[in-house]
Amino acid sequence: MAGLVYYSSGSGNTRRFVERLGLPATRIAGEIRVSEPYVLLTPSYSDGEGRGAVAKPVIRFLNDPANRALIRGVIASGNLNFGEHFALAGKIIAAKCNVPLLYTFELAGTDDDLARVKQGLDTFWTRQRSIAP
Amino acid sequence: MRKIPQMNAQSPVRRTPTRAVNWNRIQDETDLTVWNRLTSNFWLPEKVPLSNDIPSWATLTDYEQQLTIRVFTGLTMLDTVQASVGAVAMMPDAVTPHEEAVLTNIAFMESVHARSYSSIFSTLCSTQAIDEAFRWSEENPHLQKKARVVLDHYKATDPLRRKVASVFLESFMFYSGFYLPMHWSSRAKLTNTADLIRLIIRDEAVHGYYIGYKFQRALERVTEAERAEIKDFAFSMMFDLYEIEEAYTEELYDGVGLSEDVKKFLHYNANKALMNLGYEALFPSSVTDVNPAILAALSPNSDENHDFFSGSGSSYVIGKAVATEDDDWDF
Repeated sequence: MAGLVYYSSGSGNTRRFVERLGLPATRIAGEIRVSEPYVLLTPSYSDGEGRGAVAKPVIRFLNDPANRALIRGVIASGNLNFGEHFALAGKIIAAKCNVPLLYTFELAGTDDDLARVKQGLDTFWTRQRSIAP
Repeated sequence: MRKIPQMNAQSPVRRTPTRAVNWNRIQDETDLTVWNRLTSNFWLPEKVPLSNDIPSWATLTDYEQQLTIRVFTGLTMLDTVQASVGAVAMMPDAVTPHEEAVLTNIAFMESVHARSYSSIFSTLCSTQAIDEAFRWSEENPHLQKKARVVLDHYKATDPLRRKVASVFLESFMFYSGFYLPMHWSSRAKLTNTADLIRLIIRDEAVHGYYIGYKFQRALERVTEAERAEIKDFAFSMMFDLYEIEEAYTEELYDGVGLSEDVKKFLHYNANKALMNLGYEALFPSSVTDVNPAILAALSPNSDENHDFFSGSGSSYVIGKAVATEDDDWDF
C-alpha cells in the first residue's frame, strides 16, 4: 500500500483531517525522505496576489529529487474566503510536479470530504498499481 | 472598562522595564507570517470603483435597496464592535509582543471595513436613507442582542472565552450580512460592491485563522477539565448566537424569500468558525448545501468543486504566474 504524506501548520486542520481519515501517513517535519509512492496532502496559504501559497517545509521536502520522484498526486485544503486563490498550493504543486490535483476541501474537511478522499484514494492506488510496473 | 496605565504617571516602584517589540527575536513564527499576510493584503475602499454600481443600484426595488442598506449597517456595527472593543480587549491577553502588534493591525482593518460601508452608502444612497438605516440598527432588537452577547463576553475576564467570541464574530456572525452582496453579485448586480466585500471576507478569514490558532495554543496550557468547560461554553455560545442569527435572518430576508438559503450559508460558516477553534463541525452536510451560485460568487474562478476522484475534476490553469515563482523552489 502506497502512502500519504502531509503538512499541517499550527491551526492543526490538516492533521485533524488525516487523523480522521485513519490511513497511515507521514508528517512533513524537519528533514524527511520517503521510499514509496505517495499522495501529498497540504494546506494552502497565500496573500492577495497568490504569493507564498506553498508552505516552506513542503517546498523543502519537494526540492529533494528522491521525494519528488515518488509523488503521484496532491490533495489541497484551504478556505473559499480566499477566492480565486483557494487551495492554490495544490494547483502549483500539481503543475510543477506534473501530477493530478486529486481533491480540494476547506479547513479540516467535512464527513463528506473524508468519505470521498478515502474512497478516492483506494480507487486511485488500485488504478496506479494496474498501470505501474 | 479596563484601566489604562498612564505613561507619565509617577510610579514609586518600577517592577519590569518597558519593552520594545523586537521583530528580529520571534517567539512564535505565526505572528510574523500573519503580520506579513495582513500587511500585504492591506487595502482601502478608494481602490474599488464603487460608482460603477450606480446604474445597477437603480435596478433594485425600494424594498431591496432598504434591505441592502440595513444589512450593511448591521455589518458596520459588528465591525465597529470588533475594531473598538474586540481586538483591543484581546491585547492584554497577548502572549508575545508581536501578537499585540498583529492585533493592532486587526483592529485598524476592522475600522477600514466599517469605513467602507459608509463609502458604499455615500456612493449609492440618499442621506435620508442612510440616517434611517442607522436609526434602524440602534432599534433593531436582534442586531442589538447580537452586539450585546459578544460585548458581554469581551468584558468577561477569561482570555479563552474572549477568543471564542472573537472567532464567532469574525467567522460566523458577519455571514447573514455577507450573503446579500454575494446574492446580488450572482445576479450580476452591484458587482463592484461585491469586490469590496470579498476583500473584507478575505481579511476576516485571516483574522479567524489567527485568533483560532492563538486559542488552540492557549488551550494547551490549561487543564483537561478547563478544556472541557471551554468546549461546552463554545458550543453553547454558538447555539445562542445561532438562535439570534436565525431570527435576524428571517426578519431581513423573509420579504425577498431568501431566508432558507441564507440559513444554509449560516450553517456552513458556523462549521468553519468551529474548525478555526479546532472543534468538529456542528451542522451535518444535509443543511450546509449552500447555493452553488453563492459559493461561486464568494470564490470566483476558484474551481471550488474540484474532484478528480469522481471524474469531475476539470483541468485547471494557474491564473497568475507569480504564484509559482517562489525563490525557495529548486526546480
